[in-house]
Amino acid sequence: MNHRKRSWLLILGTAALMALLGGCKKKQPPTPPPTPPPQPVTATLSANPANIDRGQSSTLTWSTSNADDVNIDGIGKVSANGSQSVSPTSTTTYRLSATGKGGTQEASATVNVSVPTPTPTPTPAPTPPPPGDQDVFDQNIHAVLFDYDKYDLRADAQQSLAHAGQVIAQHPNWVVQIAGNCDERGSTEYNLTLGENRAKAAKDALVQAGANANQIKTISYGKEKPVCTDANEDCWQRNRNATPSLLQH
Amino acid sequence: MSRVVKTAFILVVILIGSLAGASPSQDQIKTGINKGVEKVRLAVPDFKAGTNDPQTSPLNSVFNQTLWNDLDNAGIFEMVSKSFYPLAAPGLPNELKSDTWGNPPPNASMLAFGNLGVANGKVTVQGWLYDVKNSGTPQILGKQYLEDATTDNTRLIAHRFADEIIARLGGGVAGVAETKIYFVSTRGGHKEIWSMDYDGANQQQVTHLNSIALSPRISPDNSRLAFSGLTKDSWQILLYSTELGRMVGFPRFGGNNYSPSWSSDGARLSFSSSMGTGDPDIFVADASGSGAKRLSIFKGPDVSPVWNPKTNSQIAWVSGHNGLPQIYMMDADGSNVQQLTTEGYAVSPSWAPNGLTMALAWTRHYGPGVLGGQDIYVMDIASRYFVQLTHDAGRNDFPSWSPDGRHIVYQSSRSGSEQIWSMLADGTHQQQLTREGRNSQPNWSYK
Repeated sequence: MNHRKRSWLLILGTAALMALLGGCKKKQPPTPPPTPPPQPVTATLSANPANIDRGQSSTLTWSTSNADDVNIDGIGKVSANGSQSVSPTSTTTYRLSATGKGGTQEASATVNVSVPTPTPTPTPAPTPPPPGDQDVFDQNIHAVLFDYDKYDLRADAQQSLAHAGQVIAQHPNWVVQIAGNCDERGSTEYNLTLGENRAKAAKDALVQAGANANQIKTISYGKEKPVCTDANEDCWQRNRNATPSLLQH
Repeated sequence: MSRVVKTAFILVVILIGSLAGASPSQDQIKTGINKGVEKVRLAVPDFKAGTNDPQTSPLNSVFNQTLWNDLDNAGIFEMVSKSFYPLAAPGLPNELKSDTWGNPPPNASMLAFGNLGVANGKVTVQGWLYDVKNSGTPQILGKQYLEDATTDNTRLIAHRFADEIIARLGGGVAGVAETKIYFVSTRGGHKEIWSMDYDGANQQQVTHLNSIALSPRISPDNSRLAFSGLTKDSWQILLYSTELGRMVGFPRFGGNNYSPSWSSDGARLSFSSSMGTGDPDIFVADASGSGAKRLSIFKGPDVSPVWNPKTNSQIAWVSGHNGLPQIYMMDADGSNVQQLTTEGYAVSPSWAPNGLTMALAWTRHYGPGVLGGQDIYVMDIASRYFVQLTHDAGRNDFPSWSPDGRHIVYQSSRSGSEQIWSMLADGTHQQQLTREGRNSQPNWSYK
């Protein structure tokens, strides 16, 4: 071989060797001088106050060191140190995560939320059942009062009984009892019959207004069953009555 | 005396006589009290103890007290006060010194004396009634009684002896010492019918209706007690047999039925009923309840019928058909209606055994603010003259005559609550007989 060929091969080979050597590796900068080991990451998190009522706020306060990346669940990325107001609606534990060259540190703080007893929603009024016979009776048929030693009906009594008679007429299956009563001043036997006349007067008015005579019974209690016992006109008037009651329906 | 003076004198006497006759007075009204017989001066010393048995003394006490009360309450004696009696009381006729008793201080006309002794569980009483002004044949009565030695029996013996004396000295009218009074009492919790001796002893419950029982009336033979009771849905006339000790049957009537009343022969019952019409009227039925017939025809309250016990041909009752209640009378067939009272508030008629007078409860002056309460009166039916027996003391009602016509039992609120009282028919000797619970509507039994 000639002289020239052998030089080229040498140069090529060296170049190839250099390429080979040089191509497998990044061209590395010159290795810096060895750095000190990385600082540990610290993190703290606190909530103040720790107990709140729903609707109130608490302040989260954190601090970290040597962290590049700090996150708090529920808030997001935050700065290395800081504070933030929070208003959780229920007891919440906040977790902070701080990451740095030295690793990752976590911290947590819990905000306890008291939920006051909820005001009960008012129960809606039940739809009233259709009125039963006793209700219809009570609303339409009332006791009537009398003057002393009298069994004739006063004008207000006549009106009341005229209406009551119509209602009773609409309920032919009803059996009604009228009880006549007297105040305490008279004699026992006479009062029994006066009470009976009062019951009869009320019955006659009911029949006149359309009730069937067969569905109305009369009885007297004289002065044996007073509704009150005071010796004054107010009580005496209350006892001078004809009082209806529904026996059967 | 000149003729003019004589005539004037006679005229004056007639004038005074007629004036005296026109005013209502006690003498106009013939009750059993003033039959024109002077009251007999009667001495009744304690009976002597007949034996040494320990029971003799207590029973003797009961006997003496009962005998004295019966005679004192009889209405026909002037009892000689014991403070005038000689120290030694006779136990037997041979111990009696008539002139000590027939002269002052006792100055008695009649003497009742005797002895009481218990032996072997039996009590024996010997009693005499002597006319101490008649030394010839002084003995009017000599009686001997023997019963088991109990307090009740001793009282009974005293009652019997008293009645014997009263019958002999009371113009032939029997005494009432053995009679009973039926009445309404609340003391058991419900208004029930009770009975007691005429002097208030021995009060016992008769009915047990457990509802309301009113208006008791014992039959003339004392065998059946009629009353008005509140049953499930109406007032009915109910009957209790005193002989059987239980209720016996009586028809149920329609409407409501009140205030039963027996004719004095026990054959018929009158009562108030609203059967058929709803308006209470007076009815008559026979004693079994059959044949009920309406008598009164007034509209309005009609109640409290009572028969004329002498004739059974008339019925008096209370009617409110014309305003406040008044007493009316009619024949037993419903005809010939007459009005007895015309003013105030008049109720509760009771016809006297002699048929001539009526006791009633009356508020003569009636109205708000008007003075005057409800009192017991006795009215002479023929003349309409009346006498007031109770005065200014509570509300008085339901008078009932004793069978001897000398006593009236009634109800009064004067003690603060309704109680049964008795009195003589002239209004004297008013005594309270009940104290427990509220007691009303008394009815005096027959003999």
